Amino acid sequence: MKSIRLGAGAGYAGDRIEPALELAEHGALDYLVFECLAERTIALAQQARLRDPAAGYDPLLEARMRAVLAPCRTNGTRIVTNMGAANPLAAAEKTRAIARDLGLTGLKVAAVVGDDVLEAVGAGDYEVLETGGRVRDLGNRVISANAYLGAGPIAEALARGADIVITGRVGDPALFLAPLIHAFGWAMDDWERLGRGTLAGHLLECAGQITGGYFADPGVKDVPGLARLGFPIGIVSEDGTVEITKVPGSGGAVTLATCKEQLLYEVHDPARYLQPDVVADFSHVTMEAVGPDRVRVTGGRGLPATGLLKVSVGLIDSYIGEGQISYAGPGAVGRGRLALDIVRERLGLTGVRASELRFDLIGIDALHGPRLAEGAEPYEVRVRVAGRCDSLSEAARIGNEVETLYTNGPAGGGGAWKSAREVVGVLSVLVPAALARPSVRMIEA
Amino acid sequence: MKLRALAHSRTGDKGNTANISLIAHDPADYPRLERHVTAERVRAHFTGIVSGEVTRYALPQLGALNFVMTQALGGGVTRSLALDAHGKGLSAALLDMEIPEGT
Repeated sequence: MKSIRLGAGAGYAGDRIEPALELAEHGALDYLVFECLAERTIALAQQARLRDPAAGYDPLLEARMRAVLAPCRTNGTRIVTNMGAANPLAAAEKTRAIARDLGLTGLKVAAVVGDDVLEAVGAGDYEVLETGGRVRDLGNRVISANAYLGAGPIAEALARGADIVITGRVGDPALFLAPLIHAFGWAMDDWERLGRGTLAGHLLECAGQITGGYFADPGVKDVPGLARLGFPIGIVSEDGTVEITKVPGSGGAVTLATCKEQLLYEVHDPARYLQPDVVADFSHVTMEAVGPDRVRVTGGRGLPATGLLKVSVGLIDSYIGEGQISYAGPGAVGRGRLALDIVRERLGLTGVRASELRFDLIGIDALHGPRLAEGAEPYEVRVRVAGRCDSLSEAARIGNEVETLYTNGPAGGGGAWKSAREVVGVLSVLVPAALARPSVRMIEA
Repeated sequence: MKLRALAHSRTGDKGNTANISLIAHDPADYPRLERHVTAERVRAHFTGIVSGEVTRYALPQLGALNFVMTQALGGGVTRSLALDAHGKGLSAALLDMEIPEGT
């Protein structure tokens, strides 16, 4: 039976690059896929594009393309990625320039555009899922609105001969589903196969998270070679069955346990994994170890798509100010608590306007609050104060009140650090699928 | 005994909702997870962290449960003041839960 080999070359924007090169050189891949676009990344990219019309795509695009373009050309591997972020066309042009620079002529680069629905969403009357409010009431705080497109335009670009397809916002699994639709000729209403292809994409999209990354717990779940973790390969058959493996000799491990953890990662109801092209059903998935570092995944299903697309709306939310300082040795916890009390009182005395404040002792209660933290006192603690303000200058006052603990606070405070930053938040709306009008632009190196 | 002895876990985030998987190391132990780790117990375990609902989904063929917890990430990953805004460490907190020995 015909099968297609998909490699995952990145699980997030800042991911390691050598594992992608390893896949390009030794993965015998048909497709190398880079998923690099977190919820908020596209809003930040849109801000970059507003400052510079040639910017707005992934800052690591150049490094990634320079690493893998030549071996992909040699091995006949096509590339699919959402590194286009807020500017897929500029990313495609940059990629063409890199290809020419490397002496790779004749490469076809496609940009998928049309996920930007800012104007249409602003003109309509759409409800914000998280708040129940209206998008139009957010006014000029809104900086971006991008629909999660499906696999269709990517498959179209592949059918038109693209060697490299660069998108903005698409459903992450669609980056992997599209090559399968193209290679196997799956129909866009073959819900069962679209569901299985989505399952394969979901398992692969976080790259190292299925090959032993984000998994190790020494003594309980040991993983070899995490410093040279291999990224996954999905070998997908025409019926949608997928086997997950990695390059022999690379670090990490592909086991039933790593695959099960990734199956449920960021999943809510496993029977209804909502994607633009299909409602995938993972609830009957079964897994079998079929060799060293090789797991076969079957039982994915699919139901008709909802006809709605999720849109991520990026907006200027607020400004967060933060300060930290450490205390160690006997009485460290007591001095840390005194430091928090002092800062709390100082923020009041000096009239810092914050709508929300948080006082943590890292080492005691910063991650899960005081209730779950019990037992012996740690040798050292780190004080952390964070607050939300309406302006950057106001937010900066919070870190200042932590820093002044050096000369005004408890004994022995060290390593003070402070920051103030603008916070871009993300809200979601659902729109009719017809609102987004994706299209493909082809350029050639 | 701690859940960590029987199961492993991973946290995921979407907006202000966290999900935590709980997967038996040995599938034979799955019925114990299903019996003892109810949505109500998880809700109680995360008092002060989760202000919304906890829903449990079961995948017995994988020996796995999935807990979906709303209003669990301090207002949402992108705006939370929390040190761990994604709630990545919640899986470890779940494995700290006590369950009865031998049943």
